[in-house]
Amino acid sequence: MTRLFLLLSVLLAFVAAHTPAMAQPLRLQITEGVIEPMPFAMPAFVPENSAGSQYSDALARVVAANLTNTGLFREVPRSAHIARVTSFDASVSFSDWRAINVQALITGAVEVSGNRMTVKFRLFDVLSGQQMGQGMQFAGSTDNWRRMAHKVSDSVYSRITGETGYFDSRVVFISESGPRGNRTKRLAIMDQDGENVQMLTDGRSLVIAPRVSPAGDQAVYTTYETGSPRIALTNLASGQRQLVGNIPGAMTFSPRFSPDGRSLVFSAARGGNTDLYRLDLGSGQMLQLTALPSIATSPSFSPDGRFITFESDRSGTSQIYVMPAGGGEARRISFGSGRYSTPVWSPRGDLIAFTKSHAGRFHIGVMRTDGSEERLLTASFLDEGPTWAPNGRVIMFTREAQGGDPALFSVDISGRNLRRIPTPGPASDPAWGPLRP
Amino acid sequence: MSLTSKSLLLVAALALAACNNPRPGGDFGGGGADGFGGGFNDGNIQTGMLGDPNDPNSIAHFQQRIGDRVFFTTDSSSLSEEGRATLNAQARWLTANPQFAIVIEGHADERGTREYNVSLGERRANATMQYLISQGISANRMRTVSYGKERPVEACPEQRCWDVNRRAVTVVSGGRTS
Repeated sequence: MTRLFLLLSVLLAFVAAHTPAMAQPLRLQITEGVIEPMPFAMPAFVPENSAGSQYSDALARVVAANLTNTGLFREVPRSAHIARVTSFDASVSFSDWRAINVQALITGAVEVSGNRMTVKFRLFDVLSGQQMGQGMQFAGSTDNWRRMAHKVSDSVYSRITGETGYFDSRVVFISESGPRGNRTKRLAIMDQDGENVQMLTDGRSLVIAPRVSPAGDQAVYTTYETGSPRIALTNLASGQRQLVGNIPGAMTFSPRFSPDGRSLVFSAARGGNTDLYRLDLGSGQMLQLTALPSIATSPSFSPDGRFITFESDRSGTSQIYVMPAGGGEARRISFGSGRYSTPVWSPRGDLIAFTKSHAGRFHIGVMRTDGSEERLLTASFLDEGPTWAPNGRVIMFTREAQGGDPALFSVDISGRNLRRIPTPGPASDPAWGPLRP
Repeated sequence: MSLTSKSLLLVAALALAACNNPRPGGDFGGGGADGFGGGFNDGNIQTGMLGDPNDPNSIAHFQQRIGDRVFFTTDSSSLSEEGRATLNAQARWLTANPQFAIVIEGHADERGTREYNVSLGERRANATMQYLISQGISANRMRTVSYGKERPVEACPEQRCWDVNRRAVTVVSGGRTS
């Protein structure tokens, strides 16, 4: 893949001289309350040369889709626009945008030369008639035009919500095909919006439950290529792959990266017992973290690397526990009715997402890291395996309708904005990677 | 794969001119999974002689008359009385046919999360193996693998299918040497 060189440069410093008093700044608070989506306008990017014109509409569509898909924004369609943005540097006729109730106006420009392109944008607070922050520019290969639209989206989202974005990120998942009893499963990767799907394995071996490294350059997953569950570590750029964490006589699975990317924690099952181990990827040294005659699996590190949350049935049914990252006494944190599974620590560190099954239904939920304030976000025949967006605001998971194929869905941690992520076929086990640099 | 089972497999392959598996999907092991350590979909064709189910020493007899699988209740790896009876008969067959090695596949239904089900399947396969050991079968002849919920034998999203998917399947790996 072509390496993208993103050049973030300030185009224009905002000249404050002509603005006597700052009005209430354009700001969307993401809270638990009902949100009226903020109306925005995203006219086509102004082509700054003829080669740029082929991207002017497409870039705007990607930005508008990203913002709309958050559920926090509502696009005022181009058909309603009064003003036409024909020059990136011309002054904005705010009254024309106010007249159609636009609150946030995004203008953009694109210039293409050969396989290089430059994308610029500005964000305006229509009500106060002011530019919001400085104009920005991104430059890179035309192959990465969608990424530049994602970068614009991330900047806009961040300026308005005060939160980091998540649009320029990728999701590793399992692409499924074939009959249910003998599914072909391939490791795959795509952009967070379901675009640019690439298959990473050929489907000859069963693969399940991948995770992305903190730097986004590697993935780990469980493969049956030896006939028994084993852990594979693959470089997403080169495709170079190796089996790691072999424990003779044991099935090894459920691998997760530590926040520094230098070690894995995983499960090893033998003799009817599943324990957690930690593997130092550099030295190959292994450390057993749990030693109880019960199941301990689906681990997840806290973002500071100090703790591991995991599920265990040591109490009789599957529940969620937290222990020090080096092993030691584990504290049970789930006490509601039903079975709790697949805990995943949020990137902000404040919440743990999980799968809960109760009374024949499956839920994705979140709780605080001490188990308090449990909230269920979804309910269906089968929801499982949450993964966090890099900003900790959105959770993606697998949903399987009764008798249907599995698909990827996302939901806000507020429980709103349940969306199906488009995939080329049945899909499961999403693992959200980091925001790309 | 052990050398022994590898050579058994070779002998079985050589002994057969052709063997048309009547069931699609290479369901030689009865569980939809192969038991030869090659993994699913690996392109290998496994060839084995099922024989005549009326021949008490045939694999067909093992699969059809004795029963190659035992079932479990939800989230449990406890063998039922019926399951123990099946395993007693399996043990007698294995004692009478010491040239065969077996792979015990543990499976779970779809009503659990993926990785927990790998553990649960391992527990079921292990419970089955331990029982066969208690009946005098050498651990050297056995290997376990868990497929979690990845290889249901019935696909319907209903209780009757989940009941048969929670299973441990004893896959006889290798042909007869004589």
